[in-house]
Amino acid sequence: MARVIVVTSGKGGVGKTTTSAAIAMGLAKKGHKTAVIDFDVGLRNLDLIMGCERRVVYDFINVINGEASINQALIRDKNCNLLYVLPASQTRDKDALTQEGVGKVLDELSQDFKYIVCDSPAGIERGANLALYFADDAFVVTNPEISSVRDSDRMLGLLSSKSRRAERNEEPIKEYLLLTRYDPDRVHSGEMLGLEDVQDILSLHLLGIIPESKSVLTSSNAGIPVILDEKSEAGQAYADVVARYLGEERPHRFIDGKKGFFRKLFGGKS
Amino acid sequence: MSTNPTNTTAVLEFKSSTFFAPILILFNNDIATIELSLHEKIRLAPDFFKNSPLIIDVSELNKQNHDVDIVEITTVLRKIGFFPIGLRGGSDRQNNQARNLFIPIDAVRSNDSPMSFGKTQVDEATDRSKEEVTETPIAPAAASSSSSVATTLITQPVRSGQRIYATGDLIILSQVSAGAEIMAEGNIHVYNTLRGRALAGVQGKTDARIFCFDLQAELISIAGDYKTNEDLSNQTRKKPVQIYLKDHALIIQEIA
Repeated sequence: MARVIVVTSGKGGVGKTTTSAAIAMGLAKKGHKTAVIDFDVGLRNLDLIMGCERRVVYDFINVINGEASINQALIRDKNCNLLYVLPASQTRDKDALTQEGVGKVLDELSQDFKYIVCDSPAGIERGANLALYFADDAFVVTNPEISSVRDSDRMLGLLSSKSRRAERNEEPIKEYLLLTRYDPDRVHSGEMLGLEDVQDILSLHLLGIIPESKSVLTSSNAGIPVILDEKSEAGQAYADVVARYLGEERPHRFIDGKKGFFRKLFGGKS
Repeated sequence: MSTNPTNTTAVLEFKSSTFFAPILILFNNDIATIELSLHEKIRLAPDFFKNSPLIIDVSELNKQNHDVDIVEITTVLRKIGFFPIGLRGGSDRQNNQARNLFIPIDAVRSNDSPMSFGKTQVDEATDRSKEEVTETPIAPAAASSSSSVATTLITQPVRSGQRIYATGDLIILSQVSAGAEIMAEGNIHVYNTLRGRALAGVQGKTDARIFCFDLQAELISIAGDYKTNEDLSNQTRKKPVQIYLKDHALIIQEIA
């Protein structure tokens, strides 16, 4: 049986798709057969971030409607042969997703895959609800600013009440916090919420802090998940996240700003 | 509260009270089948059901568009020895039938979320959508029933967008997030940070109180009198407090 992970946030533009691509690649690189599904029907992006947009033939909705088999629609990643992408349909809308259809696709994938990563659309409507419904684990992606934190909080409420696990009274979805676009210097100067402020409201298990990094944009544009950019801080942070999720102990990095050379030299407190 | 009847000329007195009564939820509209299964149930515990008051709930039937005649079902119930005292989830026609039989109608909103214990008649925010209420089934860890009113205990965080309604007292051990709404007919205790809206005594119980460890609420209300976050003084903000009503004014008092 596969473990179903939903990457969700409520708010748009916080890094759900970047995160989905990165952790799916990370899990596959660790030797686990992984599928990543784009639930953002009508606004598909995952294929771009994964760099497979030119190989899309069939999509998620085709599979749900029985117009294609799951194997026809899955696209094998060019960087890692244990990773497969199931793209969303760009020409349909989210009403084309049905709970029964999504359930069937996930069941079928479960036979063969170890992890299924569901890239949720923004909002709390149908697409987002279906992305979280079958989840076992939830990665709640949050930016250090109040509206994102508020929306994540709302999403957590839905996770604990609108999922299949909640409906069946099973063990609740495991919720993890991923703080993205974190800029320690701006936190220091009080322009941005700090980790403590966010945790004060969400009090979640922190899986990792992804620092604001230029490499995220360049990787996205190149269609390569940022986790493959091992030199970048964001790439390393995502690697940490995957390792922690799989049970490794790793100390949190990127919470404090880079200490300047002189400050390091003279032991100044930052 | 009430004047002592011995030294006044009071003839009567109105008091508010809560009772427990069984609710009979019907899933089938065939009177004969209902009668048969009622007899079976009664055979198992004859004393328990004898002369028992009963509320008839037809909301499930109406969801399926199955009509049932209230006159007929009432006749059967009375024959068996029940005292129907209320109707819930009825259609207009069924409600009229019940009124003619002098059976009160429970005018609840059509939802029956797991979070609302007992009847849910809230003055505030009755126009909220059904979805908002039904998406909050945090199972109460324990709902202990004392002598008359049940206390609702919530151990998980109450997240933004969730609503909780308790017919008695409400005790919350986790934080209540901004954008969440907690309501109780009795007192509210929050043994953590209160950031959402808290409304105690929503059915008019003016001696209800709100207690919390860390007051950052968006709105606090007792029996309809309210204060918004803007009205909170800095002396009580982010402090452990109790809130009560005195001459229609909310008193917020720090508790050390």
